[in-house]
Amino acid sequence: MVASAAVRLFGMWASPAVRRVEWALKLKGIEYEYIEEDLSNKSSSLLEFNPINKQVPVLVHNGNPIVESLVILEYIDETWKDNPILPVDPLERSKARFWATFVDVKCREESRKAFFMEGEEKEKAIENLQVQLKALDEELEGKKFFSGDHIGYTDLAVGWMAFWLGVGEEAAGFKANYDLKFPNFSRWMKDFLAEPVIKDNLPPREKTVEFFRSFKQLGSCTKVNQK
Amino acid sequence: MADLGEEVKLIGSSNSLFSSRPRVALKLKGVDYDFLQEKWWQKSDLLLESNPVYKKIPVLIHNNKPVCESMIIVEYIDETWTSKGPSILPSDPYDRAMARFWTAYSDDKFPSLLRVLTGPVPGEIPEAREQFVASLQLLEAALEKCNKGKIFFGGDDIGYLDIALGSHFGWIEATEKLAGIRLLEKEKVPRLAEWCEHYFGHPAVKDIMPMTEELVAFATEVKSSFSAPAK
Repeated sequence: MVASAAVRLFGMWASPAVRRVEWALKLKGIEYEYIEEDLSNKSSSLLEFNPINKQVPVLVHNGNPIVESLVILEYIDETWKDNPILPVDPLERSKARFWATFVDVKCREESRKAFFMEGEEKEKAIENLQVQLKALDEELEGKKFFSGDHIGYTDLAVGWMAFWLGVGEEAAGFKANYDLKFPNFSRWMKDFLAEPVIKDNLPPREKTVEFFRSFKQLGSCTKVNQK
Repeated sequence: MADLGEEVKLIGSSNSLFSSRPRVALKLKGVDYDFLQEKWWQKSDLLLESNPVYKKIPVLIHNNKPVCESMIIVEYIDETWTSKGPSILPSDPYDRAMARFWTAYSDDKFPSLLRVLTGPVPGEIPEAREQFVASLQLLEAALEKCNKGKIFFGGDDIGYLDIALGSHFGWIEATEKLAGIRLLEKEKVPRLAEWCEHYFGHPAVKDIMPMTEELVAFATEVKSSFSAPAK
C-alpha cells in the first residue's frame, strides 16, 4: 500500500469524472487522500495544480499534478502495475481507448444537450444518444463487461453512463429508453453497478438528482466544471 | 520493408492533417504501408466498413484489423513496432501523462478555433485569435518546462506530442493566409517558432506535411462547395 500523503485526489462528490478516478485507485488498492472541492469557491491548491482548466479531478502524486480523468487512468495503470485495467495486446488497447474517447466526447455531448435543451433540440439529442447507445450495445455482444469477464479501463470510462445517465434523465425529464431498446447495455449497467468497488463508491442517488436538477435550473448550456 | 506476413494499410488523405499523424509515426518506425487515399466528397466502402462509428479518416488497417482515431493509431504503432525506430511516447509515466494532456488540450482547442478563424463570421475572428495566441503562450511555457533544453517536446527526437501538435500547426500558415492575420509570432513564442521550423524540417515529417498552398486551395475548395446558394 502506498502512503496516503503521496497520493492526493482533488474532487467533487457529484462528479462522474472524479468517481472514475476513485474507482481505478480502489481497484488497484491505492491509498489516497481525498480533498473535496467547492467548485464555486475553488481552493488555491486546486488552482495551483490545475491552472489551465481549473477543474476536478486532479491527481497529485509525489507533488506532481495529473489532470484529465482518462489521462489519470492511464497514469495510474502505468505507475501501479498490479491489477492492470488496460489490456496487454496493442489492438485491444486501441479498442479500449477508442470506446473511452467515444463516450467522453460524443455521448457526453449528446447527453449534455438532452439534459439542458428543450423541444426539438432535446429530441434530436436523444435520437443521437440512442444511435450511440446502439453502438455500445453491439460492442457488448457476448461480453459481460466491455473489458471481458472483469471490469477494466473501458468500463471505468463508460461507467458514468451506468449511474449519471439515469440521474440526468430524472433531473431533466427525458428517457433514452436503453432498457427497452438496448438489452446488452442495460444488463451491463446493472452488472457494473453491482461490482463491489463501484457500488461502494457512488454518490447518494437522491442527493445527486437534486444537485443536477438545481444545476439545470441555474441556466442553459453552462459548462460543467469537471472533465 | 514490411515484415513478412504483415499487411499495413492506411486510409487517409494527403491534405488531411489528422492523416499526417499516423503517416509520420509509420515513417519514424520505418514501416511500409499502402496509402489508400480518400476523396473528401465521397467516402469509400472500405472506410465505412472499417470505421462505422465515425466514418472518418485516418484508419489504420493492420493484418485486416482496423484501428481508428489518429492519436490512438499513433499509440498503436508505438506499441506494435516496439523494436523498430525510436519510441514515440516517453517512458516515464508522468512524462507520458503530460504528452497526453497537452495532446487532449490541443485537440480540444485548435480545430474549433481554426474553423472560426477561417469561417464565414469575421466578427468572431478577433476573439478566436486572442484565444489561439493565449494557447500558444501556454504551449511555449510547456515546451520550456518539459523538453529539458532540447528542441522537441519529445526531447532529442520527435515524439507523441510533437506529432499531435504538428498536425494543428500545419494549418497555422494556411490560416494566416486565409484570414489575413498573424497567429504564430516569433517574438512572442520564440521556442515554439524554433520547434516549428525543426519539426517541419524533420526527415519523417517534411515529405508528408502538405504545403501551405495545397491547404489554402483545399480549404477554399471545401468552403465554396458548402456555400449556401444565392437566394
